[in-house]
Amino acid sequence: MHKKLSTFSVLYKILERDIKVAWRRQSDVMAVFFFFIIAASLFPLGSGADPKLLNAMAPSVLWVTALLSCMLSLSRMYASDYADGTLEQMMLSNQPTVLIVLMKILAHWMLSGLPLVFVAPLIGLQFNLSGAQLQILALSLLMGTLALSLIGSIGATLTLGIRGTGVLIAILVLPLYIPVLVFGAGAVNAVSIGVSPNGALSLLGAVLAMALVFAPLASTAALKIALE
Amino acid sequence: MGLLASNRELTADNLVGVRGDRLLFEKLNFKCSNGTVLYLQGANGTGKTTLLRTICGLSKPHAGVIKWCGENINALAEDFHQHVLYIGHLPGIKEDLTALENLQFSLALSGSNVMEDKATAVLKMLGLAHGLNLPTRMLSQGQKRRVALARLWLQDLPLWILDEPFTALDTSATDLLKQKIEAFAHDGGIVVMTTHQEVTLHVPKFEQLRLDA
Repeated sequence: MHKKLSTFSVLYKILERDIKVAWRRQSDVMAVFFFFIIAASLFPLGSGADPKLLNAMAPSVLWVTALLSCMLSLSRMYASDYADGTLEQMMLSNQPTVLIVLMKILAHWMLSGLPLVFVAPLIGLQFNLSGAQLQILALSLLMGTLALSLIGSIGATLTLGIRGTGVLIAILVLPLYIPVLVFGAGAVNAVSIGVSPNGALSLLGAVLAMALVFAPLASTAALKIALE
Repeated sequence: MGLLASNRELTADNLVGVRGDRLLFEKLNFKCSNGTVLYLQGANGTGKTTLLRTICGLSKPHAGVIKWCGENINALAEDFHQHVLYIGHLPGIKEDLTALENLQFSLALSGSNVMEDKATAVLKMLGLAHGLNLPTRMLSQGQKRRVALARLWLQDLPLWILDEPFTALDTSATDLLKQKIEAFAHDGGIVVMTTHQEVTLHVPKFEQLRLDA
């Protein structure tokens, strides 16, 4: 009577729906984006006009603000699907929950991480970053923000159904963000002192690969507990 | 209705349900074959929802097993889920999406590919013609319920698990739903449901299970 949809098209529909819902509530997505722009722009204003100082602090400032703005949206990652019962239906889908979780993470990254990759080089100009530094900054953010969404998903699922999750997520997730921060900012720092950033980028890639394997599994386990 | 033609059976074996540290039910046994409507009764807080969630595999039973065609549902996982249509307390509806978008998404989640005009026709039949293109947050409680229930007309899955399906529905919608459940059971479907409304169903096999007894 009906054709069955393939796994791929079901997963695509999940991604499409998350983006559609976010589009109808643009303010949430925009808030994260502008938080990053404003917070990162405050530092050059506050620390005077010494180009050397700005250049030296740029990687850490940009990375820490990216990390914080990614975290801002974590509590919303699963909360509304949990509240209205969509999450139950997702668990009962004929597709593996792990893949559905991965799609939700991907949607979160496209909405909160990916925009930062594009805007960060512009902000970087305020910090007197060179072309080479800006390139590595964007590249490290491209890999790093995906890792942030993956790791953040674990915190978001673990705190599902608990009141006042904001601070709790931060406490759970920030320590796990340390390797991403160290290698992400480290890659840009390497360019600043004239060393190849490849080492730091490879390690960042390793963190990403590990998160890609383990974060969806851990999130799925946490979801099963939350829904029981 | 190809899916419904084959013989299917849902059985519970010495099921024990616990919520927190309270025992809800123990030594629960039942067997549903094609055409059965199993009607769970019991006062509030006697474990009806817990039992329904256990049957569809969302919660694991404290002890005992639930079997679908002879196999443990927790081992079957997705292979069992593709036969189940669960509509719980929560409608599973996104308030920012329209009725049609919500319906299409919930159908897609269970892998059904339903044409848009067919989905629209069912929503219209359920009296949602005016709300088709409105975000569902503009709809009333009963209308949202109808959007959630619309899946029943569009998917052929052999097992329905319905938690209070008649809540918030007016008489005409209640009648439509009743007829649909009866037709489904006559075609060989299995329904496990709870309700506080007085509803008489004319189905091949009607069984009742009291949880507070």
